[in-house]
Amino acid sequence: MHSQTPLKYRELAAGAVKDSQLHRALGMMRDKVGRNAVNLYNQIAPGQDSRRAAKAVRSRIVDNLDVVLETLTENIRARGGQVYLADTGADAVEYCLQVARRHQVRRVVKGKSMLSEEICLNPALEAAGIETVETDLGEYIVQLKGEAPSHIIAPAIHYTREQVGALFAEKLGEPYTDDPPSLTAMARKALREKMLTADMGISGGNTACAETGHVTIVSNEGNIRMTSTMPRVHIVLLGIEKIAATLEDHDILLRMLTRAAAGQKISTYISYVGGPRLPDEPDGPEEFHLVLVDNGRSRILADPDFREVLHCVRCGGCLNVCPVYLNIGGHSYGSPYCGPIGAVFTPLTRGIGECSHLCQGETLCGACKQVCPVDNDLPRMLSLLRAKLADGDPKWDVLPQSRAAKLAFTAWSLVMSRRGLYDALRGLARMGQRLLPRRDGWIVRLPGPLGGWTRGRDFPPLAEESFGERWARRNRDGRDA
Amino acid sequence: MNKPQRVTLFMQCIVDSCFPQVGEAMVAVLERQGLTLEYPADQTCCGQPAFNAGYRNEAARLARRFLDVFEDAECIVCPSGSCVHMVRHHYRELFAKEPRLLARAERVGARTFEFTEFLVDVLGVTDVGASWHGDVTYHDSCHLLRGLGVKDQPRALLAAVRGLNLIEMTRSDECCGFGGTFSAKYPEISEALLETKLANIQATGAGAVVGCDMGCLMHMQGMIRRRELPISVHHIAEILAGRQ
Ligand code: SF4
Repeated sequence: MHSQTPLKYRELAAGAVKDSQLHRALGMMRDKVGRNAVNLYNQIAPGQDSRRAAKAVRSRIVDNLDVVLETLTENIRARGGQVYLADTGADAVEYCLQVARRHQVRRVVKGKSMLSEEICLNPALEAAGIETVETDLGEYIVQLKGEAPSHIIAPAIHYTREQVGALFAEKLGEPYTDDPPSLTAMARKALREKMLTADMGISGGNTACAETGHVTIVSNEGNIRMTSTMPRVHIVLLGIEKIAATLEDHDILLRMLTRAAAGQKISTYISYVGGPRLPDEPDGPEEFHLVLVDNGRSRILADPDFREVLHCVRCGGCLNVCPVYLNIGGHSYGSPYCGPIGAVFTPLTRGIGECSHLCQGETLCGACKQVCPVDNDLPRMLSLLRAKLADGDPKWDVLPQSRAAKLAFTAWSLVMSRRGLYDALRGLARMGQRLLPRRDGWIVRLPGPLGGWTRGRDFPPLAEESFGERWARRNRDGRDA
Repeated sequence: MNKPQRVTLFMQCIVDSCFPQVGEAMVAVLERQGLTLEYPADQTCCGQPAFNAGYRNEAARLARRFLDVFEDAECIVCPSGSCVHMVRHHYRELFAKEPRLLARAERVGARTFEFTEFLVDVLGVTDVGASWHGDVTYHDSCHLLRGLGVKDQPRALLAAVRGLNLIEMTRSDECCGFGGTFSAKYPEISEALLETKLANIQATGAGAVVGCDMGCLMHMQGMIRRRELPISVHHIAEILAGRQ
């Protein structure tokens, strides 16, 4: 399990903010995809309202999730697929291992699954002696490197092509090149070989449709088609919330998803899978499993304040406009889901106290909400998570985080609730600030927890006379005159 | 809202204690519009710092007090978008389970306006008769822009200032990295955002940056001073009051 502390977060972030190559790569995502997403939504009838329509669709589905899940399950079973509802990540992993053992699987090819990162599936498969190969080019690169993805949609965004060239030369024994088509061809050759010889395929799903009983997987590389049809056994991992009720809902979401994720009106490949090969079909797996993973989602579902986060379609759009993500990159978050969505989703599934750095390491600027294809109010939820950290919440097993901060804010609010007291204290502070080092009037070093500010920025001093005092003087003088 | 005769001033606490001259500039502009101004002397802070840090009970204490102080005002004007966003939107969240307070908060929230929003949308004024010579660039504060939807109003006001040339910067709507306690808690990240912002400001070649919220402006000015950059920082009220 990945884990991360506030200190580690600061440390990793401090390193990442100096990584200019990372910023160039992320800047491309920001300018090409992130900032254009909203324009693309507006091209869909009913234009401006497409986000609200998508939100309405998602909320209707999530509010009726039990029924939707049942319909999907029935339809997939009717086609000969097997469906398993996993309570925890460990349950899901164990199920995959059982299936693999039953079929004496030696090699697994995988594609498109952040969920498998969430439940730590790869290490478990490897520990069971099963070779596990990512087939998404980006994911293949980070896997060869022994790293985790740094972006929900573009996992290897933090690499230059020169770095990929060196990596391939080292790991695949190919001559060095940094020519993207040649690199792609190398990966293709290596991956084809794996796909042709794998016993089992595992993929995630972008969405599913309960009405028709299929899972939808979008990709731009064609690897999903092979992963899902060539091996004897295929397993799809799907979060319980990522389902559309009807084909109509499914289409609305798909259109928004590809626009938000990659700035595309539609992706290059869309695979619909929902069962084993039928007798008259030329290809497809002999056995098909759908593993629906809960892993903390029903707890979120039960809380009306946070239920909205389950509307997320994992497009990664919020990452591409988040100034914090764009500066610190995905790895700083210490969680497979990074950026604004990760800052809300990860604490809710992994523990709010444990992930306090994610709840607090954002500026609440609201850019994520503005771009989200389902209008997710992430800033609202971030602020609510902070409230749980401040006061504790037994329902979420959160203990109050800092007694000192609580005390400080209580004292501050008490002072601020009486103007006389506030004026008196400001008078004292005005005298006290004379002791602080200054330059051109501004303070260059603040004491205590405020010291972070003056690390690289000066701080304004309290004015000799507040506005209130000036106003009172003006009125007095005005009257006297 | 009908055009009011009397306006009640709501000073952001940062303006009150650190930048009183910004408050006075706003007063000058409003008085030139022929308005009678009131300033409830016992006002303090709307509670936003506590709210954003998660201390909701503490924020609610100040929010209740804010309602007591401003309840009878016909029209409230503030030189900060984020404070107005707090009063207009977050009070509703704070009092969601207390119907009487909620109703009061909604009434007061509907009568509270950010300064440029008030001039343009309520008074219908864009030319306030100001002059200011030079090139300036405008920073969109997050809460003003995304919380209140105020984007064109300050630009229209600036466009009408004689002698002023507005040059838009790249991504004027990207956060400057202030974020309240975030700026002191995660200085490395906050500074990185600020550096990007300053680079975008400098790339315009303008010698001045203008905004509508002293939170962001003191943040930007903090680094500008530390690095001795040749950029001056102004609240829009100072420009509209005709000062240079
Ligand atoms: S929160 Fe919205 S923008 Fe972010 S990943 Fe989810 S759907 Fe996409």
